[in-house]
Amino acid sequence: MSSFPRPIATTRSATGISTGKLAVWWLIASEIVIFGGVLGSYVMHRIGHPEWASQAEHTNTWAGALNTFILLTSSLMAVLAHQAAEHKDGKKAAKFLYLTILGGLMFLTVKSIEWTNEIHHGFTLTSHTFWSFYYTAAGIHGVHVIVGLIIMAIIASDAKKGIDLQRVEAVGLYWHFVDIVWIFLFPLLYIAK
Amino acid sequence: MSDTSTPAPAPGAAHDAHGGHETNYVKIWGILLALLVVSVVGPMLGHPVLTMVTAFGIAFVKAFLVIKYFMHLTVEKKYIGLLLLTMLAIMLVFVAGVAPDVMKHEGQRWTNTAAIEAVEKGLKANEAAGHGEHHGEAPAEAPAAAPH
Amino acid sequence: MSSTATPEASGHSHDDGHGHDGHAHGHAEQNFFLKYFWSTDHKIIGFQYLFTGMFMALIGGFAVYAFRMQIAFPGMSVPGYGRVTATDYNALVTTHGSVMIFWVAMPVLIAALGNYLIPLMIGADDMVFPRLNRLSYQLFLLSIVVLIASFFVQGGAFGGAWTSYPPLSAKPEYNLTPLGAPMWLVAVALEFAAFLLGGINFVTTLMNSRAPGMKMFDVPIVIWMIVIASILFMASVGPLVAGAIMLLFDQTVGTGFFDPKKGGDPVLWQHLFWFFGHPEVYVVLLPAMGIVAEVITTFSRKKLFAYKTVIYTAVGTGALSFFVWAHHQFIAGIDPRMANIFSVTTLLISIPVAEMVFVYIATLFGGSIRLTTPMLWALAFIGEFLLGGVTGIFLGSSGADIYFHDTYFVIAHFHYTFFPIAFIAVFAAVTYWFPKMFGKYMNEAWGKVHFWGTIIPFNFIFIPLFLLGARGDHRRIYDYTHFPDLMKPGMQDLRVLATLSLVVLLAFQVVFLVNYFYSAFKGPKAEANPWKANTLEWQAPSPPPHGNFPEGLPTVYRGPYEYSHPDRQDDHWPQNSPS
Repeated sequence: MSSFPRPIATTRSATGISTGKLAVWWLIASEIVIFGGVLGSYVMHRIGHPEWASQAEHTNTWAGALNTFILLTSSLMAVLAHQAAEHKDGKKAAKFLYLTILGGLMFLTVKSIEWTNEIHHGFTLTSHTFWSFYYTAAGIHGVHVIVGLIIMAIIASDAKKGIDLQRVEAVGLYWHFVDIVWIFLFPLLYIAK
Repeated sequence: MSDTSTPAPAPGAAHDAHGGHETNYVKIWGILLALLVVSVVGPMLGHPVLTMVTAFGIAFVKAFLVIKYFMHLTVEKKYIGLLLLTMLAIMLVFVAGVAPDVMKHEGQRWTNTAAIEAVEKGLKANEAAGHGEHHGEAPAEAPAAAPH
Repeated sequence: MSSTATPEASGHSHDDGHGHDGHAHGHAEQNFFLKYFWSTDHKIIGFQYLFTGMFMALIGGFAVYAFRMQIAFPGMSVPGYGRVTATDYNALVTTHGSVMIFWVAMPVLIAALGNYLIPLMIGADDMVFPRLNRLSYQLFLLSIVVLIASFFVQGGAFGGAWTSYPPLSAKPEYNLTPLGAPMWLVAVALEFAAFLLGGINFVTTLMNSRAPGMKMFDVPIVIWMIVIASILFMASVGPLVAGAIMLLFDQTVGTGFFDPKKGGDPVLWQHLFWFFGHPEVYVVLLPAMGIVAEVITTFSRKKLFAYKTVIYTAVGTGALSFFVWAHHQFIAGIDPRMANIFSVTTLLISIPVAEMVFVYIATLFGGSIRLTTPMLWALAFIGEFLLGGVTGIFLGSSGADIYFHDTYFVIAHFHYTFFPIAFIAVFAAVTYWFPKMFGKYMNEAWGKVHFWGTIIPFNFIFIPLFLLGARGDHRRIYDYTHFPDLMKPGMQDLRVLATLSLVVLLAFQVVFLVNYFYSAFKGPKAEANPWKANTLEWQAPSPPPHGNFPEGLPTVYRGPYEYSHPDRQDDHWPQNSPS
C-alpha cells in the first residue's frame, strides 16, 4: 500500500484536519442519511401500525443487549488503539485494533446465531413487514461491520510495521459511528415492544 | 483512505485538549455499560412511558458519550459537528414531510383505507392469538405474506 | 508521461464501454492498459467519465429517436430500430430518462468536470485520494455494464419510468421485466455508490488541498458549485439508497415495504425517490451555473458581479431544495395541507436561482463581449434555462399542477431545464476547456453551425410540447390512433414537428462529434492560455502533464475574476501572478 506514490495534494491540510480524517467525517455524514432513510421509514411505519408490536415482542432482547455490550467494548478497544497510535506505538495500536476486530467478529457470531434461531421460528424476511425492516436495518448495519473489519485488518497490518498510523484514528471514527448506529438500533428493534 | 502522514504539528495541535490529561476511556466504557443495564432493565418495570425514556433517552446519552469521548468531536473543528447536525436535521425534515402521508392514515379529505384495514386486521389477529403466546402465532400471517 | 499522449488517450477511451479495448492497442505501448484504464491521474479519470458520458448520450439519444418516431408516426417501422411495440416504448422511455440523468448529466457535469478541473483550478497535482477516484470510475463503469446487460435479458429492459414507482416497479407480474427491473435498480445503486465516493474525494480535495494563499473565497465559482452539488448529492441520496435496497427486496424476495397489503406504503417510495430527485435537479444545475460563470467572465472581460452572492445563493438554493420534493406528488394523494407548504417553498426557490441569473446579466452589462462558441452556449443557457424556470411556476402551484400533471407540459418544462443543464452548459464547458484538455483549438465556424443547429431545433421540439400539454395531451400514450380526441386537427402536426426537429437536432450532433475528434488530433495548436483567463488551470501547459504544474505548484495571490483591472495594462491578472 505504501508503495503507491502519493500526490502532494494528499499531504496538504488547509483545514488543519488530516485528509483521511476529514474524508471519514464526510463519509459519516453521508452514512447518517442512509441510516436515517431506513430508520425514518421504519419509525413511521412502526408508529402507524400498532399491531406490529405482536411481532416485535419476538425479538431477543438479550441477544441485542449482548451485542451492544460487545460493540461498546470494541469501541473502547478502537479508542485505545487510537491512543497508542498517538504515542507512535504501532505494535500496541495494532494489538488493540485486532481486539476491535475480535469484537466485530463476536458481534457477527451472536447476530448469526440469533438470526438462525429466528428464521427457524418462522420469522423470516418476508413473514411480516416488521421482520423485513428488522432484517434490512440490521443487515445494512451488519454490512458496515463487515466492511469495517476488512479495512481495520488492512490498517492493523500496516500499523504493526509503523506505517500510516494516522489511519488508526480514521478507521476508529468509522467504527464508533457503526457503534452509535447500533446504539439506536438496539432500542428501535429490541426494546420498543 | 490513502492518507499520508500529515505534517508533524497538525495531529498534536488537533489533540491538545486530551494531550495533557488523557481521558480515562475505561471509565467512560464503565458508564456506557451501566447505561446499557438501565436501558435493559427499564422496560421490565412495564411502564410504557418509562420504557420510552430509558430506551431512547439513554440511547441519546450513550451516543453523546461515544461522540464526545471516543470520537473527540468536541475538540474537532466546529463545522464538523455542524455538518453532522445538519445531516440529522435533513433527516428530520424528511420524516416531517413524509409522516403526514405514511405514518398517519387519515388526513384532510383523504384516508388510507388499506393501511387502516391492515391495522384493524392485525390488531384483531393479535387479540385472537392472545398476548404472550410466543410460539407459532407469527407464522399465522406468513401464508398471506409469502409471495411465491 | 509525455504531454502529447493525452489526446491519444481520450481517443481510445471513447470505447470505454467495452473495457478490453485496451488490449487491442496494447502493442502501441507496453502499459497502455495501466496508463489509460488503470490510471489514477485525475485528468485521465475525468476523460474516462467524459467519454463514457458521451457514449451513454448516444444511447439516450437513440432511445428518444425511436420512441418519438412512434409518437409522430404510430405503427411505422422506425429506420434503424424497426417496429416499436408497446413494451419497447416503455423500455425506451425509461432508458432515455434514466440514462440521460444518471449516466450523462451526472458523470459529465459532476464527475468529468469535477475530476478534470478541481485539482487544476485549485493548484494541486491530483485529487487527495487518487485510488479512490479510480475505484469510483470502475464502480460507475460496472453500473453501465449492468444497465446495458439489462437490455438483453429475458423480458427486456425495465420499463417503469426513471422514477420507478411501485407497485409497477415492484412486481414482475405488473412490469413484465423480472430481470430488467432489479438490474436497473442495481445499476442505479452502483452509480450512486460511485458518486458518493467521488463526492467525498471532491469535498476533501477542495477543503484541504488548495494552493498556498488560496482562501475559500479565491476559489473559482465552478469549483464551488461542483463541490456544493456533491454535498447536496451526499445529503439527499441516502434515503434513496436505503429505499433502493428496500425496493430490491420487494422485487426479488417478495417483502412488502411498498405493498399496502402487507403494511407497507407505495407513497413512501415516492417520498424516498423525490427527496433525492428534487435536490438532484440542483445537483446538476449548480455545476452548469458555475460553467456559465467562468465562460461569461472570461468572454466579457469583467469581474464577476457579486462573487460572494453567487456562492451564498448557491448554498441557499441547496438548502431550500430539501424542502420542495413533494411538489412532484401533488396528485399522488399526499396530504393537501402539506401540498400547500410545498407549493410555497417551490415558488420560493425560484428566488435564489433568479438571483444568479441576474448576477450573470449584471456581469455581462458593459463588458467587452466576445461571441465565441463557448460564450454563445453560455448565453443560450441563461435564456433557455429561464424559460424552463418560468414554466416551473405553473407546475409548482399545486392547483395548476392538477391540470398540468402528466401532460406534455411537464415534459417540456423538464427539458427546458435539463437540456440547458446537461447539454447547453456542457457544450459551453467542452468548447471552453477544449484547448486546455487537448492543446488544440476546435473549429469556430463549425462550432457555431453546431450551436445554431442545436438551439433552433431544441426550441422547435419543446415549444410544440408546451402547446400540446396545455391542451391536455397526456404524456404516457404509446399509440395516439387509439385516442381520437387527442388527434384533433393541429395536435398530431405539432407532434410531427417536434419529432422532425428532434431528428434535425440529433443530426447536427454529428457536426460536433466530427469537429471534436478531428480537432483533438488535427486541430491548430493552442497556447497555454488562449482565452487570457485568470484561473489556475490556464497557467499550466496545454494539455497539462501528469502532476499538472511542471514548474512547481502555484501560489495564489488574488481572486479568480480580476479582469480589466484599472491599474493594469493587461486586461487579465492570473491568480498566481505575484504582481
